[in-house]
Amino acid sequence: MISVHCEDFDFAAEYQKLIKDNKSDGAVVTFVGLVRDFNEGSSVNGLFLEHYPGMTENSLKDISRQAKERWSLGRVRIIHRIGQLELGEQIVFVGVTSMHRKSAFEACEFIMDYLKTQAPFWKKETTQDGERWIEAKQSDQQQADKW
Amino acid sequence: MITVLFFAHLKETLGYEGLHVEATYASSVALLRQKLADKGEAWAKGLACGSTLVAVNQTMAKEDAVLNDGDEVAFFPPVTGG
Repeated sequence: MISVHCEDFDFAAEYQKLIKDNKSDGAVVTFVGLVRDFNEGSSVNGLFLEHYPGMTENSLKDISRQAKERWSLGRVRIIHRIGQLELGEQIVFVGVTSMHRKSAFEACEFIMDYLKTQAPFWKKETTQDGERWIEAKQSDQQQADKW
Repeated sequence: MITVLFFAHLKETLGYEGLHVEATYASSVALLRQKLADKGEAWAKGLACGSTLVAVNQTMAKEDAVLNDGDEVAFFPPVTGG
């Protein structure tokens, strides 16, 4: 299941949804991304997340489908927030269940690596020097290419 | 009619969220990119191939992708979510 919205998400509630009435999966792996206070040599005060409505959801669905094709997974949950976010706020949630841990660990990492290089989101940071759009990192692409 | 959208810093540099062009304006992504780039310095810089990605009807597209009436074309910088 895919969600893209401004509102915050409740980690505990999302975890419960992944395990509720799920007797066949023995592993749950989750990832949460947060707004941190320092990037590329500047103090960061906050973040604005822009996206391409429609394409974003389709892109996340496609990434989820690819993960399910590569690994034997139970449930996949992706939440990505948009709009203005303050320091320490949650940005993204990925939760994956599987029979065994290896598939769940790998699929969770795969989803994040693909999300970071394919899903149409753009971050604009507010720093001590003003606002700036974050530039895509070569290391993120290399990380995604390894799959 | 073809709808053209811009996102992130491209939207800010060009001062446009989007625009409409006639279906006969450009028959491919490459031609559309070239025609828009001819609109001025900011457009040429912003739409430079390599630094700006393109999607047609919300799917990533190549330069030789054919454009048809009713298509939605979006230009944007490499993505930075997560």
